[in-house]
Amino acid sequence: MLSREQVLYVARLARLELTDAEVDKHAGELSKVVDWIEKIGELDLEGVEPTSHVVHVENVLREDVPHESLPAPIALDQAPDPAPGGFRVPSPGAGQEMSA
Amino acid sequence: MSGVLDLTAAQALERIRTSDLDASELWSAYRERALADDLHCFTWVSDADAPPVDGVPVAVKDLFCTEGVVSQAGSRILEGYKPPYTATAVKNMERAGIPMLAKTHQDEFAMGSSNENCAFGPVLNPWDRTRVPGGSSGGSAAAVAAGLVPWSIGTDTGGSIRQPAALCGIVGLKPTYGAVSRYGMIAFASSLDQAGPFTRDVTDAALLLGAMAGRDPADSTSLGLPEPVAIPSATDLRGLRFGVPEELSGEGIEPGVLDAFQATLDQIRELGGTVETCRLPHAPHGLAAYYLIAPAECSSNLARFDGVRYGMRNGGGGSLLEMYTETRAGGFGDEVKRRIMLGTYALSSGYYDAYYGRAQKVRTKIAEDFDAAFSTFDFVVTPTAPGVAFELGAKTADPLAMYLNDYCTVPMSLAGIPAISIPNGLSDGLPVGFQIAGPAFSENKILDAAFALEQAIGFDGSAARS
Repeated sequence: MLSREQVLYVARLARLELTDAEVDKHAGELSKVVDWIEKIGELDLEGVEPTSHVVHVENVLREDVPHESLPAPIALDQAPDPAPGGFRVPSPGAGQEMSA
Repeated sequence: MSGVLDLTAAQALERIRTSDLDASELWSAYRERALADDLHCFTWVSDADAPPVDGVPVAVKDLFCTEGVVSQAGSRILEGYKPPYTATAVKNMERAGIPMLAKTHQDEFAMGSSNENCAFGPVLNPWDRTRVPGGSSGGSAAAVAAGLVPWSIGTDTGGSIRQPAALCGIVGLKPTYGAVSRYGMIAFASSLDQAGPFTRDVTDAALLLGAMAGRDPADSTSLGLPEPVAIPSATDLRGLRFGVPEELSGEGIEPGVLDAFQATLDQIRELGGTVETCRLPHAPHGLAAYYLIAPAECSSNLARFDGVRYGMRNGGGGSLLEMYTETRAGGFGDEVKRRIMLGTYALSSGYYDAYYGRAQKVRTKIAEDFDAAFSTFDFVVTPTAPGVAFELGAKTADPLAMYLNDYCTVPMSLAGIPAISIPNGLSDGLPVGFQIAGPAFSENKILDAAFALEQAIGFDGSAARS
């Protein structure tokens, strides 16, 4: 069972703000899902290599040929608050401290 | 409905080649039909009077980036986003003479099995408008089933092509991981995501796969296919061995789906194939492993949606951290938040080995199960989905019930192997899907077997297109 504190901790790691109602809802639902997932704890996996990539390829190399990148104005075009040559964001120092 | 709209893509292409059909006429006929869509399949329909290239038009799932055309991945956080470049799979189709006519609704970031997690409203199933089309590529599946487009493309992470294809009574193919470039696909779970075709028949699936696939320098995990995609032509299944995994063909499957499955197994025998039980001992744990690996990867992939470079921004008046958390709180839907949190939890300090690490080991065992099965069998076959299309709202309150839709499709995704779903009958008037999976890069063999079976089954999907 995930506690409210655990849900809030995970939400903070994931940069999600949750309402009180959402915290309760996710605590209940995530607990059910986690309980069910715990089934894989029953398996004997001693000595089994983990798989992170299914098709066995290694060292995929290509020639390092220079090519044109997206022009900056186009790359910035869809930003919520573009500035000349960059993305404008609120100051990290404004309001509360960065934590977690 | 009659005339050009009745043609399969292959038939239409042939008529265009022999100048019996004008590509602009075909484009206009489908554009008119797409604009009249009342199933809510599309996010966008081209306003061009003539196709950008002459050929058979295609619809593309929302999550493919398309230059200058909205690409929102079904999410509020990307509402109105117009990418500055086009996904390789879409470019490849264009180069092969397949113009993009429309883009289709999907579950948000491809997380869902019913399309109800779409931020812009659910797509309806053309067989019964009170029911879901499946997901996550529900718009792409429903559009083809309803005859609003000749063919379409989607993506499959744990079943998101095969399950909606089954629920809509059409053909859906998930290729081998790496066959199609992921460049320009808005990522969900990068080690599983793979693009593939939705079509009315198996021949069209071969054609569209051939147009999409190929190694891409922009995606270092892409491999292309070792040989060109052949047009399927088999008329029998002599000498082919079909394995039926007992773990995926009994418990939890609706009786009507099992009846159709047994009937198709009989047809395999009639066509000269052999059918025997096989074992995939770790397959029942596939879903649990999947719901650790996919959320873990999604929690990382979706970190990029932070209100800085694209999409919406909330809380711009506070601190940077407040802007991040408020943007993500307002932009993501419930299911996406749930999976991000599940993935973050599974990757967090103290839990990594017990969850993500174990899930990756289960993935190894599942791949080994398939290797063992393919040492005896040419194919592994299962029902595609455990049930037929369910009613809108029936499973939205219970995430676990929704996840069980992927029970038969997730093991193949974890093993990275190709699998096709073909319609193999109706249960209570709703389509049922039959899944054929083979070893990595066996697409040509799968398509051939599917073609032979398709002719024997003789499924008629025209009711959904009328």
